[in-house]
Amino acid sequence: MNTFRLGGVHPQENKLASENAIELFPLQQKAVVFVSQHLGAPSTPVVQKGDRVKTGQLLAKAEAFICANTHSPYTGVITKIDVATDFNGYKKPAFYIDVEEDEWCEDIDTSEDIVQDIKLSSQEIIERIKDRGIVGLGGAAFPTHVKYMVPEDKHVDYVIINAAECEPYLTSDNRLLLEHTEEVLIGVEIMKKALNINKAKIGIETNKPKAINALKTIINKYPGTEVVALKTKYPQGAEKQLIYALTKREVPSGKLPIEVGCVVNNVGTAFAIYQAVQKNRPLIDNILTFTGKAVENNRNLLVRVGTSIQSIIDYCGGLPENTGKVINGGPMMGKAMMDLSAPTTKTTSSILVMTEAEASRKKTTNCLRCGKCVSACPMGLEPIQISLLAKQERWEEAEKECAMDCIECGSCLFTCPAGQPLLDIIRVAKSKIGALRRARSKK
Amino acid sequence: MSSIIYAILALSIIGAVAAIILYFVAQKFKVYEDPRIDTVCEKLPGANCGGCGYAGCRALAEAIVKNESLENKFCPVGGASTMNEIAEVMNLSVEASEPKIAVVRCNGGKCNTQAKANFEGFDNCLFAHMTFSSEGGCANGCLGLGNCVKACSFDAIHINPETKLPEVDEEKCVACGACVKTCPRSVIELRNKGKNSRRVFVSCINQEKGAAAKKNCEAACIGCGKCAKACPFEAISINNNVAYIDFNKCKLCRKCVAECPTGAIHAVNFPIKKEENL
Repeated sequence: MNTFRLGGVHPQENKLASENAIELFPLQQKAVVFVSQHLGAPSTPVVQKGDRVKTGQLLAKAEAFICANTHSPYTGVITKIDVATDFNGYKKPAFYIDVEEDEWCEDIDTSEDIVQDIKLSSQEIIERIKDRGIVGLGGAAFPTHVKYMVPEDKHVDYVIINAAECEPYLTSDNRLLLEHTEEVLIGVEIMKKALNINKAKIGIETNKPKAINALKTIINKYPGTEVVALKTKYPQGAEKQLIYALTKREVPSGKLPIEVGCVVNNVGTAFAIYQAVQKNRPLIDNILTFTGKAVENNRNLLVRVGTSIQSIIDYCGGLPENTGKVINGGPMMGKAMMDLSAPTTKTTSSILVMTEAEASRKKTTNCLRCGKCVSACPMGLEPIQISLLAKQERWEEAEKECAMDCIECGSCLFTCPAGQPLLDIIRVAKSKIGALRRARSKK
Repeated sequence: MSSIIYAILALSIIGAVAAIILYFVAQKFKVYEDPRIDTVCEKLPGANCGGCGYAGCRALAEAIVKNESLENKFCPVGGASTMNEIAEVMNLSVEASEPKIAVVRCNGGKCNTQAKANFEGFDNCLFAHMTFSSEGGCANGCLGLGNCVKACSFDAIHINPETKLPEVDEEKCVACGACVKTCPRSVIELRNKGKNSRRVFVSCINQEKGAAAKKNCEAACIGCGKCAKACPFEAISINNNVAYIDFNKCKLCRKCVAECPTGAIHAVNFPIKKEENL
């Protein structure tokens, strides 16, 4: 069975909400929408305090190359543009909207009909993706249109769709594939047209048999697109690992997937691209899994951007008493939330409620030199070596140990019997090395 | 017998030739070192703390002798007395420099903030600073994990277990600035020690707006500006929602301390006021 070459772990899958259909989350009275919700340069607000905005109207414009537009998820009046706290407790500029109703902009098709014909040309598709503020929904929120602007000396062979959903607990991609199979596949067609190629591969882990079935029954309608079942192993959905599993090509250190002729997108992004291109709908909502072992009803919700986490928790019946942590994202890569009043963003894929017993970390003891982190690392790094260097603030040497190749999957931390906070340390090392590199390139 | 004499002769000749070569080589490559460097170095404390801004005591001595001046060169450990001695050796006049001390400008800690989250991970301020805001939610304040304690070569700074804030030992602190350099959030500042060690300072560096700062910390500076108005010497400025007292202008009148609504301004080592004694 196809899988990646090095390392990997297999945490308990816990896909508790996989059978629960996507529900529409009720509209809220107030919304807080961050001005920038992507990786890259910040967007510039184009509306002012006191303006009335319609659902889908442009709020902030992308002016740099790696930047994305932000649209209004609601109809209402902007009461202020001020800082708001995000999940991590940091302050970022945001629009505060008092919601009145849900009146969409006229040029957006809000019907449920599936549009098959792709009328736009390749250039128009990329323009539309940029205009509608689509970002990578796999988690990093990288502006999608940038991936489709292929440099002239590069050649693309495959569109790769990440449907692995290798994070435990998360089920939103699974539900999306089951309920919007057709739309996702049209999204893939659009991607292929944008790149002028005819080959696409959808990688999906074997723990989602229903989704694989749903895809395979209609896949014949879309020649060139192939569904590949992958071994259930974490991190199967990581970009470089997925490329290896599907094409047996290896992305060189420090390079992007385009180097080996691949463009990788998440299924969520494929759906968002479908909506943007065929329906002119901006990215203003996403599917979010509300889950946890102690949670009574595990749900998949379609939530508009800017909804406060607290209101989602209240809607789902509040937090169980023995809650230890509330995590934004999956248990492996997600971060514990600092502030529950924080609003959701384009990439909030899950609210995971962990019990106290699950949430507490192992007590840190001395490293045993067992080498488990080395064998678990899917990038073939030596996490313990990088962390030892980073602890002594020897950033240059950590850089030589390829710390920047770390994909922050957390396999090392998961497998460490001594409870060493390896990933935390490597994350800091990465940002320090990043700063060093920027300083170097300025010189 | 003769072989012994030959051996002695041969060795003596080799020795003499080598001695002559060595003598000329030494003359040719002679490095002149000012003898004053050694004298100045002896006067310095020899802690090699780097508090003067040079790599160690010898580096400072070299710099003093090379530049023939004491401008911007001050050993905080030895203080004025050491500098006077060095000035004597060098025949220079010493600049009058006020003694300084490290001051912790955060008053949050366990007493004035409510813990909203716990930090689990590597116990190191730098790493905590880059991964989360703080337990109380303030993104500027002290993290209390003690990088300053580790940096101090004089055992002069310790974390108070009750408040989880670092406290400076006035007797031991030599104002070398190691803690200032290591603190990732620049909470610690070197300030003038003041007359009789009396000091007035704003114990907060939070740059958030008043309401937001107050939400996270009871004793935060809210940037209201009352202290600046009350100050007769214009020593207080407000930038980025936080007040700062210029220690060169402050005359220790303590009018600002009484005005501060959150108690963010601290006055230390003043005698307790009489009305409080009654």
